Amino acid sequence: MPKTRNRHKRLDGFQRLFLLLVVCLITLLGCILSTIPNSAPGLADAVARLQERSGVKSPVTAVLLNFRAYDTMLEVVVLLLAVIGSWSLTKSPLPEQDTDISPVQMGVVRLLAPVMCLVAAYLVWQGSHLAGGAFQGGAILGAAGVLILVSDFPWIRTIPALPLRIGLVLGPLFFVGIALCCLFFTGKLLGYPEGTAGWLILLIEAACALSIGITLASLFAGGRPDNTMKKIQPPAKHPPGKSL
Amino acid sequence: MITTLLYSMTGLILFGMGLFTLIVHSHPLRKILAVNVMSTGVFLILIATAYTPLGQGEVDPVPHAMVLTGIVVSVSVTALALILACRVQETSNLDLLKKKTVPETAKESTT
Repeated sequence: MPKTRNRHKRLDGFQRLFLLLVVCLITLLGCILSTIPNSAPGLADAVARLQERSGVKSPVTAVLLNFRAYDTMLEVVVLLLAVIGSWSLTKSPLPEQDTDISPVQMGVVRLLAPVMCLVAAYLVWQGSHLAGGAFQGGAILGAAGVLILVSDFPWIRTIPALPLRIGLVLGPLFFVGIALCCLFFTGKLLGYPEGTAGWLILLIEAACALSIGITLASLFAGGRPDNTMKKIQPPAKHPPGKSL
Repeated sequence: MITTLLYSMTGLILFGMGLFTLIVHSHPLRKILAVNVMSTGVFLILIATAYTPLGQGEVDPVPHAMVLTGIVVSVSVTALALILACRVQETSNLDLLKKKTVPETAKESTT
């Protein structure tokens, strides 16, 4: 009974004061937002002027991986840091026993997972001229990983950690490596040499999409892979190749 | 103009709701959700500023790129915050504090 009363608790004095303050702040910000001139120039023209030299046709990709590539590089490192943080805190809470997978679920995953990988690759390729890119492709790849994770396949628990770790750092390492090569050859960090920008951007995007996909799936798994279990437990009933 | 204003105000209200929940409620899960709602509001405002009606000039790609960056960062922040919250839940004696009235669990905790 106290629980239900708790849920519909009336706001006390401090909370009412804070509500008033928040409403004031929102009103003030609303006034500011409504007075912003609509015809602010922005950076659209500047981007359009340099589009030819960026090596890609999509303006968003040009901003992300050429004009402001430094931001994107640090962002990929932020993702890596999140995984390192989560891995250092817990082991992933995957079920220890084999669970029965329903045939419908298995069929759906078998159908969807390869298609999702294909769509991810296509999105990365599409990023050079339309909406798309490393993050969109990585998100689809991560979703495929999540789909496989929630299906409780027995071979998930026996995935060795080393390939996972290599996959996680591949994107950031590639990005930093290309940045340093550019520094060496052109004297500018991430200043791509003339004519090679398109290919370099595609290479970086492919490596980053792979890393982002693995990152998102391991963030969903919620901890580092538990490889000690493999030594204690007998090998899984289904060999890895047959389950998927 | 009215479209930009509509989206901006929606984003602003989302931001305000998130801010209120972030301060007032003490449960970590609510706080994490509140931060997510706040960031969604900010993204909405940013996207709204980049809006230009069809045929009236180029769309500004810089806010789009910033929002794309922000979404990925907010996903990783959420994941790390959730794992931290789980750890806090596991390692703290929150359940024992709640079950103060039950004498057995209290005895177990002291011995």
